[in-house]
Amino acid sequence: MEIKTIGVAGTLESSDIQIMISKGTNGIQIDLDSEVIKAYGDQIKEVIITTLKKYGVQNAKVKATDKGALDCVIAARTLTAVQRATETSDQPKLEVL
Amino acid sequence: MENKVKRNLPDNLMSEMGLKPFETVDIGNPEVNRVAPKVRVTTGADKVVNSLEEVIKRTVQDGMTISFHHHFRNGDFAFNKVMDLIIKLGYKNLTLAPSSLTGIMNDKVIEAIKKGVITDITSSGMRGSLGDFISHGGLKKPVIFRSHGNRARSIEEGEIKIDVAFLGVPNADPAGNANGQEGDAIFGSLGYALIDAQYANKVVLLTDNIVDYPNTPASIKQTQVDYVVKVDQIGDADKIGSGATRFTKDPKELKIAQMVNQVIVNSPYYKEGFSFQTGSGGAALAVTRYLRQSMINDGITASFALGGITKPTTDLLDEGLVKKVMDVQDFDKGAAASMAKNKDQQEIDASWYADPHNKGAVVNNLDIAILSALQIDTDFNVNVMTGSDGVIRGAIGGHQDAASAKMTIITAPLVRGRNATVVPAVETVVTPGDSIDVLVTERGIAINPKRPDLLAAFSKVTNLNIIDIKELQKMAEQQVGSPKALEYTDNTVALIQYRDGSIIDTIKQVKE
Repeated sequence: MEIKTIGVAGTLESSDIQIMISKGTNGIQIDLDSEVIKAYGDQIKEVIITTLKKYGVQNAKVKATDKGALDCVIAARTLTAVQRATETSDQPKLEVL
Repeated sequence: MENKVKRNLPDNLMSEMGLKPFETVDIGNPEVNRVAPKVRVTTGADKVVNSLEEVIKRTVQDGMTISFHHHFRNGDFAFNKVMDLIIKLGYKNLTLAPSSLTGIMNDKVIEAIKKGVITDITSSGMRGSLGDFISHGGLKKPVIFRSHGNRARSIEEGEIKIDVAFLGVPNADPAGNANGQEGDAIFGSLGYALIDAQYANKVVLLTDNIVDYPNTPASIKQTQVDYVVKVDQIGDADKIGSGATRFTKDPKELKIAQMVNQVIVNSPYYKEGFSFQTGSGGAALAVTRYLRQSMINDGITASFALGGITKPTTDLLDEGLVKKVMDVQDFDKGAAASMAKNKDQQEIDASWYADPHNKGAVVNNLDIAILSALQIDTDFNVNVMTGSDGVIRGAIGGHQDAASAKMTIITAPLVRGRNATVVPAVETVVTPGDSIDVLVTERGIAINPKRPDLLAAFSKVTNLNIIDIKELQKMAEQQVGSPKALEYTDNTVALIQYRDGSIIDTIKQVKE
């Protein structure tokens, strides 16, 4: 799946995460900013990578600003952001969730 | 060595500093000696000095212990005025022993540490940039955290020997009679500062409001005061009440508050003449409002309310639902202003409030305490000191002390954001589980198995959702997942004392 534009989803509210996905060439590169990075940083990155790979994305730059979101929120925001980035919002692959 | 709450304490530090590991919440009947301050005799004729610098030069020497109170909270001007001059004058190796440190003091403390002016700190707590600085190893010697009752004990027994106390007050007469109740920046009770005034070798009052002699009520007395310094402005009234007290609209906090009220009214302690203490958190404040309605419906009045006092509590006094307010500190303007108007709002000092080595302190007469927690573990141990990242961001306050109540209730949401509140083991033990009786979360109420009497009493009530604390912990983990263990270095940055001075836990430097 090809990243065509910059896709953003999520807010900076407490318990949410904002995901911004743009074109990348070197695998999935995540720049994560989180209040719980020490305790949950690895897990957050894993959820983002898993969600993107399920969507068929191999190369992307991800900027994630986390405010303590749960895994289900992280997956949902990542999915929405990647749909916007790949311009496939009108044909969402909901089974990815 | 390992102490009774299974915390590993650094042997070398323990023996070097002559410290004992925590054993038990039972204080027993030890015989202790109290100390007395050194008094320089005068008739008191020349106490008023306009130059703060002059007073500092006359009183402070390198290596001394200086103290402050935190009743002005984030509206404090006294601390920074004094510390600016102490830094400018180039003092070294001072011990800082305030009743607590508020955010407005943070930057000044960090500056003083970096310049070698302050080398030792004891406090109730610290937050923000200072907590971060200490947790990253900014101070060579470990900070000693003490509860308000323990600070009073330590001063009375000479473990903290205050050389000079700098006490900001909203009024004072030329002889040094002062209170917290009149002036531009009032804070009500002077509870914590009264210990400093009684035991410091030199007592310096700072005020922007010198009034006619004799000034009454004299919370601090002329017999205790060496100097009265006139300053431009001693505090910012608008910032004294900010910080802790807020009314909650959070439905989760309101639900917890309702559940706490159900626990109280169904407990064996809820009867005519009962007593209670609530903290200043959102849920605790809301409890006061639900409890008020129950007391009206049931025709029950309380003999006293204790602690840090808020306006909802003084409102109960005005309504006659509470007979007396025993007031060591006021958290908002309403409670502070009420003290001057109401003789039943009794100012109490920190020793009377909570010193464990006493002939009985008010906390020993307390039926119900409602306290908050950053974390609580399956042994009911409570952390109110370090955040989920291991960084210092809290204060013991009166937590350990008020937990002496016959029934101590901890209120906490099951999770905060992605952090579980109910955990397998707290990051830092502050209040031992042996003094905690009930945990109320929005998902259920856990009773300490050491209180089978309460478990039996509450199990008869149909609408109370009683659940094992281990179940609550699992529910939290299911929701947020398992965090990676935090990493620390071997460097001890702080020691947590229990009320009797024994060491209940340590805080290590966080890894970068």
